[in-house]
Amino acid sequence: MTAQILSEGFKDAARDGAHAFRAILTAMARPGTIATLQAASGPAPISPAAATVLLTLCDRTTPLHLAGAHDNPELRDWIAFHCASPFVSAENATFALGDWAALQPVDRFGIGTPEYPDRAATLIVDRHDFDAAPTRLTGPGIRDTATLALPEARAFAANHGLFPLGWDAILTSGSRLAALPRSTEIS
Amino acid sequence: MSDQAYNFAYLDEGTKRMIRRAILKGIAVPGYQVPFASREMPMPYGWGTGGVQVTAAVLTPGDVLKVIDQGADDTTNAVSIRKFFQRTAGVATTERTNEATMIQTRHRIPETPLTGDQILVYQVPIPEPMRFLEPRETETRRIHALADYGLMQVRLYEDIARHGEIATSYAYPVEVAGRYVMDPSPIPKFDNPKLDDCPAIQLFGAGREQRIYALPPYTHVRSLDFEDHPFTASKADHACAICGSGTSYLDEVITDDAGGRMFVCSDTDYCAQNAKGGA
Ligand SMILES: [Zn+2]
Repeated sequence: MTAQILSEGFKDAARDGAHAFRAILTAMARPGTIATLQAASGPAPISPAAATVLLTLCDRTTPLHLAGAHDNPELRDWIAFHCASPFVSAENATFALGDWAALQPVDRFGIGTPEYPDRAATLIVDRHDFDAAPTRLTGPGIRDTATLALPEARAFAANHGLFPLGWDAILTSGSRLAALPRSTEIS
Repeated sequence: MSDQAYNFAYLDEGTKRMIRRAILKGIAVPGYQVPFASREMPMPYGWGTGGVQVTAAVLTPGDVLKVIDQGADDTTNAVSIRKFFQRTAGVATTERTNEATMIQTRHRIPETPLTGDQILVYQVPIPEPMRFLEPRETETRRIHALADYGLMQVRLYEDIARHGEIATSYAYPVEVAGRYVMDPSPIPKFDNPKLDDCPAIQLFGAGREQRIYALPPYTHVRSLDFEDHPFTASKADHACAICGSGTSYLDEVITDDAGGRMFVCSDTDYCAQNAKGGA
């Protein structure tokens, strides 16, 4: 199993991380954009895109909450080896990983404070259905309007209502990735 | 080929992750200054270590990098930073705005309109737009938290009272997406309209002050002003002595010991292309 854990990380940490971050940055800066990301893979049920996000952004300084099926011993071992993120409850998480249903209720996650709105959680919503009915988006990063399938438009609209507070979301499935910052208006 | 003594783009991966997380939060809250743990860089603070760290965290091996200082690619500062990334990241570099995928800048926005395939990184000396009005960090943080920007408005009004117009001509404050007041770095206010609705991602890095902030593409950026004193993007009322441009931002340069002077484009790439008829 150790050999398998080792073989599924980045082949070249600096270059794989640079390309992956550019894809994540583009997705977060341009809501509605769907990027392809598959530089890493981990034990089920984590998608290659979500595994790549973890390797790109998470480490021992970023408490991580695992939800539902993503909270299993194999995936914990893989994350402990590659990221060393401490596993924490939803309330204390900098990052959270799970499918949308398992992440509920999302009002448990940190939304930052008025003085430090950056101290908010980032939700990695895995096994996202990119082919569900699209929602119309407006706001920073979007020229006129964009569209993106969301797991639950109302929850994202409520989160936007907290702006400049609120969590931010990265949606993943297979090798696909999109992001929805709290600044995006849902209509 | 990059120098193997360094990690790609110099910074270690842990530092890059920390900066990358700060950039993403900056994107999510446009105009808000995200604190980050700035690292020592092999160059003095005045040389844009904040911008260099942001560029290092965003750069990919396939990027084509342009570095400008006051619009020029050939100053010591710009040349040093360009060489630093050639050596540590092995990336291609260019002086042409339209060939660059990443542009690091000090004090200007290129005249050539930016595209959606580009990222502009600003070197920021003082990220806090109210630092000169309110030196206490706790107080400016409170003002941003409450969007209590009356103080800023008062300062601009005082400018009008004293000078008949708003005299602040560099680092002219802007309101981002209807929420945060932001310092656009010491660009001339002539460049302020280029911040608005820009197709490129704009990132701001302040090394000494340890702040990162961002403008996603197509963000509404409004220069602060008043109904009876609207914002104007002023420049010297001349044409460029080299390329003849009547629309680009000009620097006044002394041409001889007798005090002769002329006005030339501050953006050297734009000027060269325009002189060839290609801008
Ligand atoms: Zn010229």
